[in-house]
Amino acid sequence: MNKDILKLTCRELRDLITKGEVKSSDAVLAVFAQIEKRDAKIGAFLSTFKDNALKKAKEIDEKISKGKPVGALAGVPIAVKDNMCTTFGTTTCASKILENFRSPYNATVIEKLLAADAVIIGKTNLDEFAMGSSTENSGLKKTVNPWDPSRVPGGSSGGSAAAVAAKMCFAALGSDTGGSIRQPASFCGIAGLKPTYGRVSRYGLVAYGSSLDQIGPLAKNTADCALLLNVIAGHDEKDSTSVDEKTAPLCDWLEKVDKPVTGLKIAVVPELFKGADSEVVNTVKGAIEVYKKLGAEIIEIKMPHSEYAIAAYYLIATAEASSNLARYDGVHYGYRTQNSADYVEVYTKSRNEALGAEVKRRIMLGTYALSSGYYDAYYLKALKVRNLIRNDFTAAFERADCIIMPTSPTTAFKIGEKTANPLQMYLSDVYTIAVNLAGVPAISIPCGLDKNKLPIGLQIIAPAFEEKKLLQIARMFEKAT
Amino acid sequence: MTNVDYKIIVGLEIHVQLATRTKMFCGCELIFAAEPNSRVCPVCLGLPGALPVMNKQAVEFAILTATALNCKIAEFTKWDRKSYYYPDLPKNYQISQYDLPIGSNGFIEIPLPDGKVKKIRIRRVHLEEDAGKNLHTAENYSQVDLNRAGTPLLEIVTEPDINGDEEVKLLAVELQRIVRFLGVSEADMQKGHMRFEPNVNLHIKKDSTEYKTPITEIKNLNSFKALEKSAAFEVQRQLDEFLESGRVMQSGNKKTFGWDDIREVTVLQREKEEAHDYRYFPDPDLVPVVVGEKWLNIIKAKLCELPLTMQNRFVIAYGLSDYDAGVLTTDRATAEYFDSAVKVDGDAKRICNLITQTGLKIANEKNCKVSELGISPQRLAELAKIVGAGQVSATAAVTIFEKMTQDDSLPSQIAEKLNLLQKSDEGELEKIVDEVIAINPQAVEDARSGDKKSKKAHGFLMGQVMQKTKGTANPQVVAKILNSKLNKGI
Repeated sequence: MNKDILKLTCRELRDLITKGEVKSSDAVLAVFAQIEKRDAKIGAFLSTFKDNALKKAKEIDEKISKGKPVGALAGVPIAVKDNMCTTFGTTTCASKILENFRSPYNATVIEKLLAADAVIIGKTNLDEFAMGSSTENSGLKKTVNPWDPSRVPGGSSGGSAAAVAAKMCFAALGSDTGGSIRQPASFCGIAGLKPTYGRVSRYGLVAYGSSLDQIGPLAKNTADCALLLNVIAGHDEKDSTSVDEKTAPLCDWLEKVDKPVTGLKIAVVPELFKGADSEVVNTVKGAIEVYKKLGAEIIEIKMPHSEYAIAAYYLIATAEASSNLARYDGVHYGYRTQNSADYVEVYTKSRNEALGAEVKRRIMLGTYALSSGYYDAYYLKALKVRNLIRNDFTAAFERADCIIMPTSPTTAFKIGEKTANPLQMYLSDVYTIAVNLAGVPAISIPCGLDKNKLPIGLQIIAPAFEEKKLLQIARMFEKAT
Repeated sequence: MTNVDYKIIVGLEIHVQLATRTKMFCGCELIFAAEPNSRVCPVCLGLPGALPVMNKQAVEFAILTATALNCKIAEFTKWDRKSYYYPDLPKNYQISQYDLPIGSNGFIEIPLPDGKVKKIRIRRVHLEEDAGKNLHTAENYSQVDLNRAGTPLLEIVTEPDINGDEEVKLLAVELQRIVRFLGVSEADMQKGHMRFEPNVNLHIKKDSTEYKTPITEIKNLNSFKALEKSAAFEVQRQLDEFLESGRVMQSGNKKTFGWDDIREVTVLQREKEEAHDYRYFPDPDLVPVVVGEKWLNIIKAKLCELPLTMQNRFVIAYGLSDYDAGVLTTDRATAEYFDSAVKVDGDAKRICNLITQTGLKIANEKNCKVSELGISPQRLAELAKIVGAGQVSATAAVTIFEKMTQDDSLPSQIAEKLNLLQKSDEGELEKIVDEVIAINPQAVEDARSGDKKSKKAHGFLMGQVMQKTKGTANPQVVAKILNSKLNKGI
């Protein structure tokens, strides 16, 4: 029975629980049995809340047995990336500097999950402060790919992706600043959606690159992404950058997801395929053929500024990060050095002792980019490039409904393969980063396996606030294959 | 001694705490002297994941003030992060405005003691959040109170158009009056609502060459007295230093001083202007502010007559002295109260006297405004009227004023109730004067003598009449009768 439960999608489980045919507490028990079985090896979770999860599940089961109304995720076990604030447990960002940090408030998405009667079972590992593409930068734990434990799960939402792929939860929340939902989804063979910037409140998401960060779901398929988006999307007065619902009306994405898009026009950028592994290229081309068979028209376009996306990203994201992470200073909360002669040493030693190498590297990069005399040449120029990239997307979407490309140039790489060369690691985000710079939504869905039986991700990108179309297009592929 | 002629050059930076209900970027209420760290939330504590949300009221107050200071209002403005590490700054950056301040290129007019008005240019007006406070009460550690963190501050920067320590104080006082008139700040110095940082130097003419002394900035002054005295001290110190060493302004030799309130001296804090790099960049957590015409008009509609304009009107239209007009326009409620009383049908001078000599004293005792004493402008005008008509004496008016704060009746009714109406009936008063003359022959003789004793004796006879009437006799009428009797020589 337990095994069968774990195979269910969120939607299926939710429906069965709501009808009283499956108990939420059984789903929670099944998930924890799986965690006990697999997570020692995978290392997806930084913390789990078994007792609380069971208690909450029983409450939901009782509500249902009494015929009371329940929320859209009634009783479904969900994991969240450990950079979203929760009043329960710790919120560590996989950093030693916040290892014991307890938040006095819940992130808006957490409130929304709870209001939808989801059962939050644990918090997942990530690259420290979401800075990385392999989860190897976690300051607290190592996470491996469930498909091959010698490989990385991707990052930075590697823990969330591994947890979903290993059926240790039914879906998870991640955050995506430069590909941190889509790339691990791709590496772990699941679906990962980065919504439009502003679609989901960032309140309570520990900031990395504020103008790029966006929370989204990682799930078994597109429909589950739609279901989770239904729950977490919406304007939040606590987040000034969350968009008002007049500009971007909400939608029952789950209800619409199975409706195919007619007259679909797909743009591809042939130049961008050059840098990817041939197996990845061929598999993605195969996926495009599937769309052709479904009646889609394929057009070839150019995105002339995409080659500058990584450079622009690593200036903008690090500049914002250098400021966002200034608050971890050992003075107010979090790790404090044991031996400081004065308050300046409280800063320097606390930060030096508790922040990881990649975080320090990005803080330094960003500090440099914002420094007097360099600002115009780096930060300001990067903002200009960002605008050009945005324009590339706008132009593309005048001709097509979506753009399709690989999520990542490779499948999951070996642990340690790229840690010695940060630049090499940065380049693995080549397909995902421009999307964050433009603020548009994109999804990664599995589209095949390579010769090592590792999943390959198909990335679909849509215009801002066109999540409905994006999910429908992705769903068309899922249903056809 | 060398012939030295110098000009004082001062530019002033003023921080004004705005009287919004809540903080600049969160919902914490602004309450003075609360338990440390009791007025805080995830946002003003700078906790992980917390995000700022702009306080619209603060922006409106800023625009209103910038408008009153004749500034150009930015149509598009934004929030910038100013980075520096200090324990009272929880995020280690302050949200401020860098290159696009809400207001720029304005001016303020200040009244000078000689009755002239001086224009001081305003360089910029911008909004920012305040930091907390570091408390150094223990020996081996410090504490941080973040109640103040996130309080909305308006920073106003003048051009170096101020030419003396008295002028710098007058500017500060005038600014206090303006922000109070606008209702954008309580501007209570005791509560640190206004803080000043003057930049001072001298342009010295010596042997027909002009020298400029190094600029000094005096940090964090929170009283008019400290502002005036520290500026005066700096002028003298710079003059002495120049005469002794001949040091002149060079790039990078700006010094920062503090003010020792007890010894009344400036104290060197930083010798060289540190190469501060605040790494300003636009705050990605906040959206830019677009000040459209419609919104601007709504805000501008709240603009009132400014204190100096009102003061001048009181002098010109109502014939008040500049001093009295100045007292009345210290705060808007009092000024408007006076103005409406005069407009009822008033004797401006008498209303002014009633307010400044009696009303302000009572209001001060009750810790409220004159306008809040329970006396309508109509009743105040009525009181002035019966004083003017001689129905009550100026002394009686004080008693009536006091009574009026508790009694809603007309002042004339109160006067009657308290038996304070003056006797002006000449026939009746003449009888009393006759009686007094009859029983005080010596005084009468002295009064008529025309020598030194005369004036005193005259006063004595007046006093006797007043005593007999228990102070209710109209002194003008009594004097008239008495004079005519004494002059007749009967």
